[in-house]
Amino acid sequence: MSLDKESVKKVASLARIRMSDEELERMMPQLSKIIGFVEQLAEVNTDNVEPLANVVDITPELRKDVVNDGDCADKVLKNAPEEIQGYFVVPKVVE
Amino acid sequence: MSKLTDLTIASALTGLENKDFTAVELAQAHIDAMAEQSNLNAFITETPDIALKQAEASDKRRASGDAGALDGIPLAIKDLFCTNGVQTTAGSHILEGFIPQYESTVTQKLFDDGAVMLGKTNLDEFAMGSSNTTSYYGNVINPWKRDGDDTDLTPGGSSGGSAAAVAAKICMGATGTDTGGSIRQPASFCGITGIKPTYGRCSRWGTVAFASSLDQAGTFARTVEDNALLLRSMSGHDPKDSTSANKDVPDFLAALTGDIKGKVIGIPKEYRVDGMPEEISALWQRGIKWLESAGATTIEVSLPHTHYALATYYVIAPAEASSNLARYDGVRFGHRAKEDDLTDMYEITRAEGFGDEVKRRIMIGTYALSSGYYDAYYIKAQKVRRLISQDFLSAFEKCDALLTPTAPSAAFAIGENEDDPIKMYLNDVFTVPASLAGLPGISIPAGVDSQGLPLGLQVIGRPWDEETVLKVAGVVENLAQFTYVPQTVKKAAA
Repeated sequence: MSLDKESVKKVASLARIRMSDEELERMMPQLSKIIGFVEQLAEVNTDNVEPLANVVDITPELRKDVVNDGDCADKVLKNAPEEIQGYFVVPKVVE
Repeated sequence: MSKLTDLTIASALTGLENKDFTAVELAQAHIDAMAEQSNLNAFITETPDIALKQAEASDKRRASGDAGALDGIPLAIKDLFCTNGVQTTAGSHILEGFIPQYESTVTQKLFDDGAVMLGKTNLDEFAMGSSNTTSYYGNVINPWKRDGDDTDLTPGGSSGGSAAAVAAKICMGATGTDTGGSIRQPASFCGITGIKPTYGRCSRWGTVAFASSLDQAGTFARTVEDNALLLRSMSGHDPKDSTSANKDVPDFLAALTGDIKGKVIGIPKEYRVDGMPEEISALWQRGIKWLESAGATTIEVSLPHTHYALATYYVIAPAEASSNLARYDGVRFGHRAKEDDLTDMYEITRAEGFGDEVKRRIMIGTYALSSGYYDAYYIKAQKVRRLISQDFLSAFEKCDALLTPTAPSAAFAIGENEDDPIKMYLNDVFTVPASLAGLPGISIPAGVDSQGLPLGLQVIGRPWDEETVLKVAGVVENLAQFTYVPQTVKKAAA
């Protein structure tokens, strides 16, 4: 299956990556080729096969529902592109 | 006495214990090597000051009888492991200047055992690549050259900087991560040994995530024994990673007995792919003979779904990546585009911050997970993944380990295979299946091709059986007698 420019544009928007027309044109055949390549999976008979999400035989443990971290706002904010008085700053969202 | 940078980790530990040299001298010798070979671009961030400080502390510990299992050993750390107070970039512009305020579990464990950090090594951006050419911080140059040819070759990827640094004798060992072959393929390209343990053996906490169901930390060193030493320190349960296994860590070193009498080694027939270079088939055949001469039996086994492994991987890994990389939104850390509108800020931050290969994979993943395609791509790939995993488990009913080539070629020139993403993906054809099945795998340098470039053999084992993998690898190492040295190291010695 080949992707048209509109589909690539939609995927870029879902992925929140801005792309120029020129980039969309360049990306289109590359993505189509990869999608075409992975479509060979359709040949495999997977009737009655359960999807595999957890590859090894370990059952993830639940931890106790208690606070085990915190009181380190300065560390959390250390790499913030912009912060004011202990808060992350973002562009205005609600007018 | 030979140069300190020529030593293995095991012999350096003996030398330190015998007071032949100090940890500071050992660190300084490697810091000098790092400066001399800076043209390889193996490091994104060099940390000589930290190394010397850690080495001084190590000498004190040893003097008071408190030395740890790796005390004073200079290592390089792939720049995918968060290091407290030291920039961690994942090879991406979007994380340029990111200074973690915490230490990854793997590096913490190495430091707890006394290891010394020389710096953070270069890698493909977010570990996505097989040539180390997608790094925002430039290509890494393989210390090996073709005979009589000065063309710069890739070290493989994604852990290209780590592999190059170990091969060039800048460090004694290094950490790597392996999602589809990112330790084993560069180890093969750089003529060194690298192991990816079973998924869940090492904690992923504090490692920048690419594809969470596949990512696993591992090691590089110049001998199997050194890999066993490093892996022993890095492994173990971590309450901070619910996918890390609550299992005892075996004494990997004790597994290196050299005795494989009675072991059955499977040779997967589907790995005899069309167009495999004759030299690689011949090397594989030699490897089979070596194991037989050491008392093992070899049998042909079948892994019928091998052909579908790459396609499976190129749905699952991008899907998980698109989800994991959603966190790079310019709000809490990393690069932010200066825009007044929130959506513009997100989209332009990510457009500026990510390179082409990362964008491609995020988009493939987003597409595969999007409404209407989820079942056809993602669920389908997860089902085929189960079949691939079952292939291995059936094979392991008949054999104890598998022997295969590590990669379908020797190191290629920088810029080759760039025209077509699929061509680049084919590099991982022999490493991806074991990754999908979560199995331990090691690459050992076993010979050189007609142009003098190293070629590796891969040993794959049962889940949690790194011991057999290391044991068989030790026998291959012993019989291969790989003593070739990269040209840059020869030049430095001259």
